Amino acid sequence: MTSLSRRRFLTRATLVGCSLAASPLLTPVSFAQAPWDTRLVVIILRGGMDGLDVVRPIGDPGFAALRHATLRDPGLDLDGFFQLHPALGGLMPMWQRGQLGFVHAVSTPYRDKRSHFDGQDLLEAGTSEDGVVARDGWLNRMLQQVPGVHADTAYAIGHSDMRLLNGAAPVANWAPDSDLRLSPQALRLAELVMESDPQMHAALAEAMSLSEGAQAAMMEGDASGRQTPHAEIAHYAADRLNKDARVAAFSLNGWDTHRGQANLLPRALKPLQETLLTLEKSMRPDAWQKTAVIAMTEFGRTARENGTRGTDHGTGGLMVMAGGAVRGGKVHGQWPGVTPDALYGGRDLMPTRDVRAHAAWIMRGLTGIDNATLERHVFPGLEMGADPQLLM
Amino acid sequence: MTFSPEFAERRFGYGLSPLNPPVASTAAMLAGITAADVQAENFPIEGFETFRNRMILATSKRKELKKARKAGAKDDVQRLTKERKVINRAARQDSRRWMLASMLRRAHTQQAFFERLVAFWGDHFSAQGKAGVLRRGTAPFIETVMRPHVGGRFADLLIAAVTHPLMVHYLDQERSMGPQSNRALKIGRKAGLNENLAREVIELHTLGVSGPYTQDDVRQLAELFTGMSFQVEHGFKFRKDFVEPGTETVLGKTYGPKPSIGVIHSVLEDLARHPATARHIAQKLAVHFVSDMPDPLLVAHLEAAYLENDGALMPVYAALLEHPAAWQETALNMRPADEFIGAAFRALGMTSGAVDGLVEKDIIDLFYKPMALMGQTYQKPDGPDGWPEEDNAWVTPQGIAARMEWAMQVPLRLMPELPDPRDFVVTALGALAPPEVVFAAGAAESRHEAIGLVLCAPAFQRR
Repeated sequence: MTSLSRRRFLTRATLVGCSLAASPLLTPVSFAQAPWDTRLVVIILRGGMDGLDVVRPIGDPGFAALRHATLRDPGLDLDGFFQLHPALGGLMPMWQRGQLGFVHAVSTPYRDKRSHFDGQDLLEAGTSEDGVVARDGWLNRMLQQVPGVHADTAYAIGHSDMRLLNGAAPVANWAPDSDLRLSPQALRLAELVMESDPQMHAALAEAMSLSEGAQAAMMEGDASGRQTPHAEIAHYAADRLNKDARVAAFSLNGWDTHRGQANLLPRALKPLQETLLTLEKSMRPDAWQKTAVIAMTEFGRTARENGTRGTDHGTGGLMVMAGGAVRGGKVHGQWPGVTPDALYGGRDLMPTRDVRAHAAWIMRGLTGIDNATLERHVFPGLEMGADPQLLM
Repeated sequence: MTFSPEFAERRFGYGLSPLNPPVASTAAMLAGITAADVQAENFPIEGFETFRNRMILATSKRKELKKARKAGAKDDVQRLTKERKVINRAARQDSRRWMLASMLRRAHTQQAFFERLVAFWGDHFSAQGKAGVLRRGTAPFIETVMRPHVGGRFADLLIAAVTHPLMVHYLDQERSMGPQSNRALKIGRKAGLNENLAREVIELHTLGVSGPYTQDDVRQLAELFTGMSFQVEHGFKFRKDFVEPGTETVLGKTYGPKPSIGVIHSVLEDLARHPATARHIAQKLAVHFVSDMPDPLLVAHLEAAYLENDGALMPVYAALLEHPAAWQETALNMRPADEFIGAAFRALGMTSGAVDGLVEKDIIDLFYKPMALMGQTYQKPDGPDGWPEEDNAWVTPQGIAARMEWAMQVPLRLMPELPDPRDFVVTALGALAPPEVVFAAGAAESRHEAIGLVLCAPAFQRR
């Protein structure tokens, strides 16, 4: 493929027909029961989270030589080898309950160019760099494999474009702070005006339907006043997942820590912590029990600190898991070591497994979709390998 | 298809205006790029050199405050804290006004293509301040870097943007030192290189992510960039003591060894001249102005104009306007949020009188919050790649809902006398107003809803 076309290819995902299919107003079906009863939440951590700082391999003899700023604030012991970043201290009870876990030294197949934007495209398309190019995202393709998926089964939440949910399967897309308080007459005319533009028309129809749901959710919600935007998103996701929704995806930003990482990383970790705690708190206990949250990032960062007490773009990274369905209390994955000769390209944590394999095994556990379908359609070209046993 | 005045304003400007006739020819559109910058005078936005005085003031207060704290002078600490807040608040409040000025320029200009190009390059070279007064520096940066260079050479634009204090700060260049530089050797192991600016210059500003470069090129360019720094008191500063000694090789060409800003200028000149840069810029312009999936022949035409004219931009713009694919009236792009509001200002003939009386909270409620809901926190994109071009990013349920809310409520709030909607359809959309929009404008229950419906029409939101 020519040089510039690949990214564009990936970014042009949802086309008109898909949005139309997603519109509940245009597909007035009576909603069947959701196809399964487990919940999957995918959080995209945009900016390249430094897994080596979040879950620190303190027991690795090579680590201390790489990091100085990182080690200024001591971490919390996880298993004698790894320590958790202190900014995630509020999650220790979740870890101790076995509902928080990690997979270390993972990555997408993306290598060497280390561009955020390509890295995220690839992470959300779920393809390998030179493999089949997908127009849609892997989470949407997963939904395409099961019957009974309707417009309320999966939610892309927030202002960011969630490409992993783009595609032919119906998906709801909403930000909890959106609103649509127009007179019925104005709405009817707006539909007329937008009729000539199927993409805009479908978005309007979905907005109308979601706006009603969101208002209802707000009325039911607690009157605790204003929330932070990520807590609001987590609360909204929880509300949907307590009802018919089975899949939710959103993103958290702020992981690009080139400089002064000791101050910057906690600013991204706090919202992650609050998000996980809000999900747990706002979901019905029986629903949380069946939930797997996975947080993934486009790549890791350099093993060494750079010259400005930050880290630059690297390769191997970390996946975060939470929820009652996951086998937490454990740092999963094969640890490659961080002595100089163990690093990828002499500079990055060596990825020992494809992060898509872990996502695939979790989907298999939650939905029962077989390996062949996952390897062929959801993550084309992936070899899932042995079961990493990430679920209870 | 060829030039049509109304369509020219729609695709290459901010739509039609009741105040100005549509532009007469492509020659007039091009002439508008190099003509006197009338709107900058009518609706002033502070240039960066003036803006820097705020930074100087803020820095001196910070230093005084530190001293007073050390000395335990309680009263002084209180007074200085207050004074510092005043400086920050003034910058914040003024920056809100600059947003309004930018919208008013779009409403009143007869050089709309020029304004669009300013916005395009401002996005290509996205930069933000990360702390203090500098957080308000984006508009002054665009004023100083983009406006004077839009009609010049890409290399000059690139050099102006990349060596600008705001960019140097945004992409963490100012403390990046060669590991073997005098300064780093003095400081010890804590000091060294930061790759951020070098990577984005290659990936975003010049060759494009698919360009022919490797991690080594990024690393070498980062070494070559050492020395670029800035001081609040003096602006951009080249610090020889930060420079990595020896030569660096970027894309097969060796630079140095003598440290100078001239060496950095020459690598930027070379990057600007690279064929991959020509392709990247051609592609971006075609996507922005024509379609998410532009005709490859159009892109090739722009690329050729770029290469034949050694990166001079005027011939590239001329190539864009002369190509038939640029005038195809289908597959129109969705206007980003700030452009949508600028176009609404233009169609409504918004005057400064309508917004002069707004206090900061109004400006936030009427513009900043709605734009964020539409998917665009004004001048604060998530990353240095700026705002998305794809329609998908803007045509979301919440984005469309936010545009409708804005279109129905805000013009009413700003203009006690809204135009007659039946006239407004023609003012805003010209001869090509679709019949259903004409009908809706006449059928709405109230005037403000009718105006809102016109602004929500695909014919208005796409270009």
